Amino acid sequence: MATFEITTRSAKGDLKTDTMILNMGPQHPSTHGVLRLELVVDGEIIVDVIPHLGYLHRCFEKHAEQMTNYQQVIPYVDRMDYVAAMGNELAYVLAVEKLMGIEVPERVQYIRVIMAELQRIASHLLAIGTYGLDLGAFTPFLWCFREREKILDLFEITCGARLLYNYIWIGGLSHDLPSDFGKKLKDFLKTFPKALKEINDLLTYNKIFIDRTANIGVLPADVAINYGCSGPMLRGSGVKFDLRKNEPYLVYDRFEFDIPVGEGKMGTVGDCWDRYYVRVREMEESLKIIEQAWEQIPAGDVHAAIPKKARPPQGEIYFRAENPRGEIGFYIISDGHSSSPFRVKARAPSFVNLSVLPEISKGYMIADLVAILGSVDIVLGEVDR
Amino acid sequence: MAELLNMLVASVIPLLFILVYAIVILWTEIKVASHVQDRLGYMYTGGFHGWAQPIADLLKLLSKEHITPANSDKILFILAPVIVFAASYAAYAALPFTSTFIAANLNVGVFYIIAITSFVVIGILMAGWSSNNKYSLLGAMRSVAQIVSYEIPTALSILTVVIVVGTLNLQEVCEAQKGGLFNWNIFKYPPFMFIAFLIYFVASLAEVNRTPFDIPEAESELVAGYHTEYTGMKFAMFYLAEYANMFLVSGIAAILFFGGWNSPFGEFMSGPAWGVFWFVSKGLFFVFLQIMLRWTLPRLRVDQLMYVSWKVLTPISFVNIMIVGLWAILK
Repeated sequence: MATFEITTRSAKGDLKTDTMILNMGPQHPSTHGVLRLELVVDGEIIVDVIPHLGYLHRCFEKHAEQMTNYQQVIPYVDRMDYVAAMGNELAYVLAVEKLMGIEVPERVQYIRVIMAELQRIASHLLAIGTYGLDLGAFTPFLWCFREREKILDLFEITCGARLLYNYIWIGGLSHDLPSDFGKKLKDFLKTFPKALKEINDLLTYNKIFIDRTANIGVLPADVAINYGCSGPMLRGSGVKFDLRKNEPYLVYDRFEFDIPVGEGKMGTVGDCWDRYYVRVREMEESLKIIEQAWEQIPAGDVHAAIPKKARPPQGEIYFRAENPRGEIGFYIISDGHSSSPFRVKARAPSFVNLSVLPEISKGYMIADLVAILGSVDIVLGEVDR
Repeated sequence: MAELLNMLVASVIPLLFILVYAIVILWTEIKVASHVQDRLGYMYTGGFHGWAQPIADLLKLLSKEHITPANSDKILFILAPVIVFAASYAAYAALPFTSTFIAANLNVGVFYIIAITSFVVIGILMAGWSSNNKYSLLGAMRSVAQIVSYEIPTALSILTVVIVVGTLNLQEVCEAQKGGLFNWNIFKYPPFMFIAFLIYFVASLAEVNRTPFDIPEAESELVAGYHTEYTGMKFAMFYLAEYANMFLVSGIAAILFFGGWNSPFGEFMSGPAWGVFWFVSKGLFFVFLQIMLRWTLPRLRVDQLMYVSWKVLTPISFVNIMIVGLWAILK
């Protein structure tokens, strides 16, 4: 590989040039919402990147303390990472359940796994689609959206909502699966691998795409760990760490699946292509999990364990789960007598992953920064909780 | 008086062609993109597949406000889109639409086109510089680097054709390819003329800023590059120039390598009227190819683009021109 050498030149020596400050965002098409990047550039080469956050701040954590009960926090959690709402709900609900000591029926656990994995596929589709867009390829973006629509259809028949679900409740689910869910799920499982192959042909193995992403934004494993990166960011650097395997929750320990890690197949371990490809392979693994879960799913009541009023005993808990973007954690303090949380703090994966951006983008070009930022896969709702 | 009328007719025909073609190709581009991307595209305005939408877009652009940034260089800012369009429009003068119509039958037609199209760079540079916007400036600098670099492989592959036919007059280039498919330049000196065509096609994509070489515009990196600050009709001029350029390079490809206005079946379906048909459809075919490429490929990075030009296309076209030259001498 490596037809093109990495550009890490800067104008040194005889040629004297001035640096220029360039504001990328908050309205820039590649900053995925409302991130502002202050770039110090030498020509097109990046000398420094300073992310400025806070344009979307919705005070979610403060709001959670103002609710009248724990259940009402769930719609707020949805809105944090609005392209992976199921994952957020799951982590929050599991935290509260653990604090209250509720044991939920098996059927609920299986449905939660199916939903979380479908959500992972949907979220990764959006990530790789918009990544193509960042690099100037428009078509993969719409092809990925087409596939994502099918998942959203499944969510819609299940809980009536396409983006923000309020589906996973404390102690159960808002609805059981509808009768035609199985058929539609099987249709999806059958057509998706073909669609994935098309996207791979169009984007993943495209020579230009590889040249744009391989050896770019290399994140070494130790740096990733030091910065607290998680999810595909961490695994792209070759660290095999996934909470579904390392700290299994729900019924994840009953399924067989792999944890894809970056192997440096097209360049260096931990480059943009690796992070991208980890996502592609995670979608395949999620398909495996869904297939197995659907085969094993037992019958039962999804409302059995829902408490009349959630009022956890006095105490505190930190629970973490694997979201598409990485480790999402909820730290909840209960004072024991009121029915709303005393304090909720979310550990958002995008926020932590974004913090490594200045570290990995110096010395590359502006076009590379777009590629690097895209491979971090941020959702600003989560960065500015 | 008659001469004046002649000049008027000769200059209005290409202009009319550009305008009609731009509207049609705007519609085509959206429809092709929609089919590639599994969506519908224009469907409502005017009935059948939204055929009137580009006309409505044009009217909208005409009525939009002209915004000039406060600290811009106003004269250059207004002049830039005009120069960009004028350069590509002027190149149409030497394009033989058929055996009887060519606005200016220059005996240095090839040279004229190469020279006049390089004006586009000046226009883009003016636009980028005068906008007083860092993104525009970066886009303009990229564009200069790109177009100037790619003119070399383009010119070299055009020169190969000049060696083969022995004339710089585009009308004569067409004449030389008379008599059916296998007299076309693309089939001469196999496979070296084909290589020359490939180099020309790739380089011409860069010349007209189309994907994968749409680096001056680069909407995901530079917002909209050199035309970020342009609105309304001034913006539309850049767009019109882009589409005019697309057909220009495609038309030149058709003339140099694919027989121009000649019928592929020898005498069958030939003549001045058929000539227009053959020339325009050959040109549109390459425009279609450019559109398809745009919706398939990601964008290269600036330095990769330079790499492709200086280290891949230019050396290959030098070797190619030498081989063709030797072959032509020995023959």
